[in-house]
Amino acid sequence: MNKQDDHHHGVDPNSPEVRTEALEDLLVEKGLIDRGRVDALIERFEHDLGPMIGARLVAKSWLEPQFRKSLLENADRALEEENIKGAEIEHVEVKANEPGVHNVVVCTLCSCYPWALLGLPPSWYKSPEYRSRVVREPRKVLQEMGLSLDAETEIRVWDSSSETRFLVLPERPEGTEQLGLEELAQLVTRDSMIGVAKAKVS
Amino acid sequence: MSGVEILDGSLAAPPRTNGELLFEAPWQSRAFGVAADLVESDCFSWSEFRGSLIDAIQTWENLETQNQPPWDYYACWVAALEQLVFRKVLLKPAEVDLRSREYVDRPHGHDH
Repeated sequence: MNKQDDHHHGVDPNSPEVRTEALEDLLVEKGLIDRGRVDALIERFEHDLGPMIGARLVAKSWLEPQFRKSLLENADRALEEENIKGAEIEHVEVKANEPGVHNVVVCTLCSCYPWALLGLPPSWYKSPEYRSRVVREPRKVLQEMGLSLDAETEIRVWDSSSETRFLVLPERPEGTEQLGLEELAQLVTRDSMIGVAKAKVS
Repeated sequence: MSGVEILDGSLAAPPRTNGELLFEAPWQSRAFGVAADLVESDCFSWSEFRGSLIDAIQTWENLETQNQPPWDYYACWVAALEQLVFRKVLLKPAEVDLRSREYVDRPHGHDH
């Protein structure tokens, strides 16, 4: 989308940008939405939410075995105790990578994703290619995305249903024994918590 | 080209501290924000929206290849939003059609 038009002259009236403007204006006129609130919501999702919330959970679980245990056993309770609330995390399950087991998350039907932990999903996560292929040929897809797993490693693909959101707990990279929570959290990328990358020392 | 770029079908968006750019065009963020505000106002739930989004994506997936426009997640999002807004009788299809045509026909010097 390179074109920046402030009007739609000559544009298809059924195009999503025109329909969106019509929907927004009509809903505002009827008092069903508020433009200031819409602005604030966009701002919040663009700037305040993001993978750093999930990354802190991962880093904490690396440092505190008891926290890791509770996160894996009952993530909902662990999140509540951490006072993490928000959209799209009504029921979360955390899946730990370990030697010989790698987890990866997809939503085959749409784009379900733990917003309050990771922000909004990247565009590739929503693409038809990823949604269909990672289930059929996860090893190949992961390899294409830069993550080569040996043939002995079992790959578990978790399909986010309407009820459950998944977070992958990546393995702690070697050589990070001296690092504290904030430094460790820096190593935990969004992609590593979806399961298409590993956490690594950059 | 990395795997992510291949899957995405486009070059990666400009990098940001939190990852990539969330929205590729202003209308996409508006469409997101409108849905989010309707959820906040209890006009519908994210769960209902998700059902509508799944339908919209399936509609796209079921189109014959020759009739299928290029994949556009937010186009599906807008289609889902419209359908739910109509189903909840927040707006009528005819008024959105009319307003969309008005916006396209807004005079800009050389109207047809």
